[in-house]
Amino acid sequence: MATAADFRICNHTGLKVYATTESLIKANAVAAVVSLAVGGLLGLLVALTRWPAVHLLPAETFYQVLTAHGTDVLLLWILFFEVAVLYFASSVLLGCRLAMPKVAWLAFILMVGGGILANIAILQGNSSVMFTSYPPMQADPNFYLGLIVFAVGALVAVFVFFGTLVVAKDEKTYQGSVPLVTFGAITAAIIAVFTIASGAVILIPTYFWSLGWLANIDTLVYKIVWWGMGHSSQQINVSAHVAVWYAIAALVLGAKPLSEKVSRAAFLLYILFLQLASAHHLLVEPGVSSEWKIFNTSYAMYLAVLGSMIHGMTVPGSIEAAQRRKGLNKGLFEWLRKAPWDNPAFSGMFMSLVMFGFLGGISGVVMGTEQINLIMHNTIYVPGHFHATVVTGTTLAFMAVTYLLIPLIFRRQIMMKKLAQWQPYLFGLGAMGISLFMMGAGTLGVPRRHWDITFADAAMSIDLPATAFLMMGLNGLSAILAAIGGVVFIIIVVASVFFGKKMEKDTVMWPKLANIKEEAAAVATYGSEEHAKIPGTVVLVAVFFVSFVLYYFINWKYLAEVWPLR
Amino acid sequence: MAIFPPKARVWWNEPVQKTELIWIAVAFVWGLVMFFTMIFWHSVGEQNLSNETYKISPEAFSAKVDAMIEQYQVGEEGDTGIPVVRPPADSDVYMLARLWEWYPVLELEKGRKYRLHLASLDWQHGFSLQPENINLQVHPNYEMVLTVEPTTAGVFSVVCNEFCGIGHHQMVGRIRVVENQ
Repeated sequence: MATAADFRICNHTGLKVYATTESLIKANAVAAVVSLAVGGLLGLLVALTRWPAVHLLPAETFYQVLTAHGTDVLLLWILFFEVAVLYFASSVLLGCRLAMPKVAWLAFILMVGGGILANIAILQGNSSVMFTSYPPMQADPNFYLGLIVFAVGALVAVFVFFGTLVVAKDEKTYQGSVPLVTFGAITAAIIAVFTIASGAVILIPTYFWSLGWLANIDTLVYKIVWWGMGHSSQQINVSAHVAVWYAIAALVLGAKPLSEKVSRAAFLLYILFLQLASAHHLLVEPGVSSEWKIFNTSYAMYLAVLGSMIHGMTVPGSIEAAQRRKGLNKGLFEWLRKAPWDNPAFSGMFMSLVMFGFLGGISGVVMGTEQINLIMHNTIYVPGHFHATVVTGTTLAFMAVTYLLIPLIFRRQIMMKKLAQWQPYLFGLGAMGISLFMMGAGTLGVPRRHWDITFADAAMSIDLPATAFLMMGLNGLSAILAAIGGVVFIIIVVASVFFGKKMEKDTVMWPKLANIKEEAAAVATYGSEEHAKIPGTVVLVAVFFVSFVLYYFINWKYLAEVWPLR
Repeated sequence: MAIFPPKARVWWNEPVQKTELIWIAVAFVWGLVMFFTMIFWHSVGEQNLSNETYKISPEAFSAKVDAMIEQYQVGEEGDTGIPVVRPPADSDVYMLARLWEWYPVLELEKGRKYRLHLASLDWQHGFSLQPENINLQVHPNYEMVLTVEPTTAGVFSVVCNEFCGIGHHQMVGRIRVVENQ
């Protein structure tokens, strides 16, 4: 049994890796990947059922599978992986021992136990209430209990992270301020505390209600508080995957933040304003005033969106600056053209960045506009939007960083390198299709969480446009593509972790890293990139901005065409 | 590098390059534009959801719906047995949601205004008017009142787009909009 003092110095990065931290990162990453495998497969079944020509599952199974899909990928996959990211960003990046490793194991056990309990409840068939479980629809008590236990585990893990920061400060394992990636992880952790508190505030009474101890749960109050967890938990993802973007850019390309001040301020905006997003789910609700909706849905005048837009420039900007420093200076885009597109950590990260911004970011702001929400609420546009943020954004970024975790933390060589090079493209393209086609179908009125859009068993006939059916078919095809990418990912991860050759001292690292130790030593005042010109990034950002403005006003025009109402 | 502490201890004094400053300014102003567009639309736009809501028991709401049907029923929708109701223009009209139907069928006059009352008798439902694609959330115990003005004649469908159990995909309703006679 390794003791807390055991550590090794990574010969690729020079980072100090403690044995306890390593085991905990491994355990959480494995649980994450298992959840992704299960939840992803269920997602494919959902998409194939919603493909009208295939219509795979019977209705009851469909709603059951959809509930499990949401729970397993949105909650389990993402949060297990985030715990791994938190331990990495504290213990590994700060070079200190993990605080309270036994408590960290307790957190892990609680999360696994809670996750299994919730899944069993869903499997038993009496908890097909969807991930959101809006009352008065009621699930088995074990469904709520499972979620509560899982959330408590996650909260304990967050406090282990905070404890580790204290240990690092106390034992002076680093000088000055924490690294930017750690700062991003702190942002995620702070939001996680808010998030899990909201979850506890609403899920515990709901659990009591399901046991019959409470007579009634107010449906509106439930939604406001539940989304304090449901939406804010997606903001944990945003903070975590932005931190992962910075980490990959640094590890693979030796990129430095353009400005520490700007990037950290952008994270600070997340901490201050992301909590307001519960309102995004209440824009067409009775009993909530327009003033409340406008202030909250805009994160107080879009200040959290400002944070994301800043990262949208500083992340590619830092990559461009690093590439130009290496002499890739020709024209606007040589730095991008000659980027390591065959390195899955980089390609996954860059696609995540672009698709999160263009698809997830823009659609989120537009849909979150008080009045425009009228023509989108609860249509399949909504899952289209959040598959762009959570799948092409978070999941793709986490997959990308896994290609670095396996050699650096699991110390196994990646197997099937050729396949690994293709994996981010397969998955990214599939996920992009899912997002776009669901959004398209949503604008044509296709409802979300719906088993039969032909309305064959309904009392009155309803004909949705043929294009909507086409979109749902293309969504099914994209889901198959994404599923292939997902299966390939799982195969590579499992094969590498269990059968990959051990990384020895002189093994060449693949995916290739920047020469981190040398770069760290060579630059006298690194941290902020000095006066780097980033014309290519300026063009990319301008294209983004124009798309954003156009799409925003086009949707106002669509809104203006529907029946007047007030 | 982003994975190491900034070497300059006082990193918060470093100058920020102009490109970044310009983008921050542009993004900030764009945020303000989007914020004020929502407020602006409340004064000039015609699609702003009402804030009028009342607490109501399912029984009380159901009674209001029945009273309207009693007074203004003009027929039945096909062979479904669901009443078709044609209340006068500019009046209060009611539609209830329950497992698993929208009830009753409303017949409205094009170009006239109606105060539409929506509430659920049981679970949450999603009022989704097709092909207009107007979507509203309907709660039990809350009565939402909004003024609508149908601008096109024809048969409009109401779909449920909030998951409400095994019959969710069978939950439909109808609004007929007729030319004024």
